[in-house]
Amino acid sequence: METENKNVQANRFPWSQVIGFLLSILLTFAAVWVGKITDLSYSQIAIIVFAIAFIQAAVQLFMFMHVTEGEQGKWQLGKMFSAAFFAIVIVAGSVWVMNSMH
Amino acid sequence: MENTNKLNTNVPLEYQTETGKLNILGFWIFLGAEVALFSTLYAAYFALKDGVMEGPLPIDVFDFNYTIIMTIVLLTSSFTSGLAIHEMRRNNIKAMVVWLVITLLFGAGFLYMEIAEFIHLVHSGATLGTNALWSSFYLLTGTHGVHVAIGIVWITLIIFQALKRGLTPDTAKKVFVSSLYWHFLDFVWIFVFTGVYLLGMVK
Repeated sequence: METENKNVQANRFPWSQVIGFLLSILLTFAAVWVGKITDLSYSQIAIIVFAIAFIQAAVQLFMFMHVTEGEQGKWQLGKMFSAAFFAIVIVAGSVWVMNSMH
Repeated sequence: MENTNKLNTNVPLEYQTETGKLNILGFWIFLGAEVALFSTLYAAYFALKDGVMEGPLPIDVFDFNYTIIMTIVLLTSSFTSGLAIHEMRRNNIKAMVVWLVITLLFGAGFLYMEIAEFIHLVHSGATLGTNALWSSFYLLTGTHGVHVAIGIVWITLIIFQALKRGLTPDTAKKVFVSSLYWHFLDFVWIFVFTGVYLLGMVK
């Protein structure tokens, strides 16, 4: 069977969850630090904290939800990539249209 | 009902039946649709957030430390939900239920904090009808909060069923899918926290 259930071995310490949890806390505070402590411009802060948010979302997907797991792992991952594409188009597109196209 | 003659005992319970496998794939597709739902609400907030003719600004009424605690609470519940699945795959239903109950307690704590925050905001003059910013704010955070509330009820029912029937391919699939849902709530909150609260506090 090549089901690629890397994270499925039983009787093992849940490393991926623990590391994911610590990474998420670290990234949350990194974003807070960039937003509250540094004195970068608003747009620089926005780019950095959104980059951190996407990394955190990936941590959630890969280390908690194990998106690539199971026989359909490739489809699950593909679905999430297409969803990310829709999200960026909807959000960035709406903001662009509402702020600079009228 | 279940296609039990196709059991493959090398994989976790929830993946053992054809139904289980398809339900899990279908749930990922549902999550893709949920991404689109939250994207539209998120887009509305970002398109309207400068629509502040009157009413308080986020920076005046947000209590940022409080929001960080909410974020950590929800993140911890996502973590414990992952631990519940880990225990489920070790066939340890007791530990699974304990972690699920802890998950729900953190979820309820998050919901309590969010409602308390809304009450605080309304008292500070930021209501649903104040202006475009606050309308889209309540729509976005409220939709997320409703998802958390639904998740709490749903997972509670699944815990009862799992205790009653034990861990079967069917109940394991339900626990697994509900844990995907729960992780997804934190996934959405990451962006709400970053875009609404954190950037709302930047001058």
